[in-house]
Amino acid sequence: MGEPRLIEISPVTRVEGHGKVTIHLDRDNQVDEARLHIVEFRGFERFIRGRLLWEVPVIVQRLCGICPVSHHLAAAKAMDVIWGVDELPPTAEKMRRLMHYGQVMQSHVLHFFHLAAPDLLFGFGAPAEKRNIFEVIKENPELGRRAVMMRKFGQEIIEATAGKKIHGTGAIPGGINRNLPIETRDAFLKTIDDMENWARDALALARGYSLEHAELVNNFASFPSNFMSLVRAGDGALDLYHGNLRALDSQGDVIFDQLDYRDYHEKIVEDVRSWSYMKFPYIRDIGPEAGWYRVGPLARMNTASFIDTPLADAALKDFKSVTNGAPNNAALNNHWARMIEVLHCVEKIKELLHDPDLQGTDLEATGHRREEGIGVIEAPRGNLIHHYQVDEKDQVTYCNLIVSTTHNNDAMNRAVKDVAVKHLSGHEQITEGMLNHVEVAIRAYDPCLSCATHALGQMPLSVELFDADGALIDSRAQAA
Amino acid sequence: MTDQDITFTIDGVAITAKPGQTIMEAADDAGVYIPRLCDHEGLRHQGGCRVCTVKANGRSVAACTQPAAPGQTVENETPHINKLRRDLVEMLFHEGNHLCPICEASGNCELQAMAYRLEMGEPTKFPYLEPSRALDASHHDIALDTNRCISCGRCIRASKDVDGKGVFGYVGRGIHRRVAVNGEDLAHTDADASDHAMSDEVCPVGCIIRKRVGFATPIGEREFDKGLIGYEIEGKRRG
Ligand code: SF4
Ligand code: SF4
Ligand code: FES
Repeated sequence: MGEPRLIEISPVTRVEGHGKVTIHLDRDNQVDEARLHIVEFRGFERFIRGRLLWEVPVIVQRLCGICPVSHHLAAAKAMDVIWGVDELPPTAEKMRRLMHYGQVMQSHVLHFFHLAAPDLLFGFGAPAEKRNIFEVIKENPELGRRAVMMRKFGQEIIEATAGKKIHGTGAIPGGINRNLPIETRDAFLKTIDDMENWARDALALARGYSLEHAELVNNFASFPSNFMSLVRAGDGALDLYHGNLRALDSQGDVIFDQLDYRDYHEKIVEDVRSWSYMKFPYIRDIGPEAGWYRVGPLARMNTASFIDTPLADAALKDFKSVTNGAPNNAALNNHWARMIEVLHCVEKIKELLHDPDLQGTDLEATGHRREEGIGVIEAPRGNLIHHYQVDEKDQVTYCNLIVSTTHNNDAMNRAVKDVAVKHLSGHEQITEGMLNHVEVAIRAYDPCLSCATHALGQMPLSVELFDADGALIDSRAQAA
Repeated sequence: MTDQDITFTIDGVAITAKPGQTIMEAADDAGVYIPRLCDHEGLRHQGGCRVCTVKANGRSVAACTQPAAPGQTVENETPHINKLRRDLVEMLFHEGNHLCPICEASGNCELQAMAYRLEMGEPTKFPYLEPSRALDASHHDIALDTNRCISCGRCIRASKDVDGKGVFGYVGRGIHRRVAVNGEDLAHTDADASDHAMSDEVCPVGCIIRKRVGFATPIGEREFDKGLIGYEIEGKRRG
């Protein structure tokens, strides 16, 4: 003992793709530094260069295995601008919204039931073999069944709008390539009320957890920060598909509001650090030290003035009352926020299914070609920015993406450090429970580390300890 | 049936051919599908891809060029022949760079459709050549992604014989033989969007791309969503 040590946790289980956490201990076993290393998105911005603009909404779906639809739609929105289209035909806009609500719903349900419920039901310190969805289903078969059915419903909405559950082609520059046949609509209408009821129950579950474990929730990876998301133009309502940017500080005061997202680079600076491939964006007006911010469901609950569907709006008011209207800082409340959004999505889907515009046949618009396009959407994990330039030959010449995980990069690093300081410092033994606390802090942000569902606690976990000279002094591996 | 007509069998089915017809032409008329990639209606036969290989009286021949002969016994859909075809198709995938989920030809592509028909599984047998050729988007209305070209030569014949132009030609030899445009890039040829060579039907894959069409046809309404490749020919027989 006594030597500075490096603790490495790799890969982080139950988040999409691969990540690595390194914790640097000083000579007194205090946490010196904690870093989250993410190696995603390298090369993609270069790969897309030279491709044809109408291919982009399809190609970008390869970026992420669990929210391909968000990339599909953000890219399509950017390409609408390049196509010269500022307003889509109502059928196209509503079909895309339907697709998006289906996507957010299924992604949130997946996260909540498959990735987070095990921790919430069994506790973060529970043994690994307990912390997976199979155990959840075993203890609560009805919950498990609903999770599967809700996810399926969301995926079927995606299939009906994009042609396939994954890697569909629905959104095209300037519109959509299909409408919703009456028979398909009627099939969804048969189960939409179940979905609404189950979404309310899931919300009650998440809310109950947060309130019953207030002590843990309020102290676990909870810290003040700025928040940013799209809100609806004009009235500031929650809008997951389109709107303007709003950023609030930790007091809830406005940093900027109703900012046209095409001007995002005026307000957001993308910082780089030598040890990470991921950028560290911050809000220009506040500066690199304090200008970091969070995006995602929790951020959206904080930024939204209200929700334009009644059940979710009541839930938002209730959520906000817990902090007397001030921003909610607790990362674990992302789960509660997610379930409010699931309810909102279900309400929106219901509204859309009753809208005859979905059977319209005016699917595409064209206009005067532009060279540059920016598309922004609120993905399940938070704000997502796609920015392209296209030359007169229709080839992409420039691409810049800011994905939710990048927006949250600084916040996640802070969350990891926060947990590490509280739970690891001074300990000589690195227990699995403690390591899992670090993972839970990361998972609360639902980072999309590339793709593929390595979920379900199946991923082997390795822990390595290095001394000050970088030599391996100890290692622990936990088989799947 | 005239007294000059030729009769033979394919997989036991009696076929009548007119004099001068190839095995494939006679089979098409009779509603028997023989897989093919380089042969295309309205274009001169080339006999290049060998996907149409059949056994005529026990001897391997290209059905698209071999004249029908009286009394011949032709084998078409046998496990052995289909395996050979599958290997050929698999090699075409390995020679190019095919990522179907992001390709706008997906669902309309004859190569992909042939892979489905022949039940090509996970291709693993041959090394991937993984070419990385630059997209030629120089022309206002047409783009070329030659990473997907299978060198079938259909565009060459269409341009030369139908359009009277010669926009495309072969360059290189052996495994290096490739289709290239007759100029610095497509913009420097007399290619036009109205050329037969540029039409939907000529290029079997996603190499010759008509710009700004992309994914406008949804999944489910694409050519081979209607049936396995060959369904139209086979439909004639079933009536
Ligand atoms: S050309 Fe055909 S086989 Fe090749 S990627 Fe496109 S769809 Fe797939
Ligand atoms: S470009 Fe198309 S038609 Fe021409 S040789 Fe290649 S695959 Fe065949
Ligand atoms: S179709 Fe006969 S050789 Fe290609």
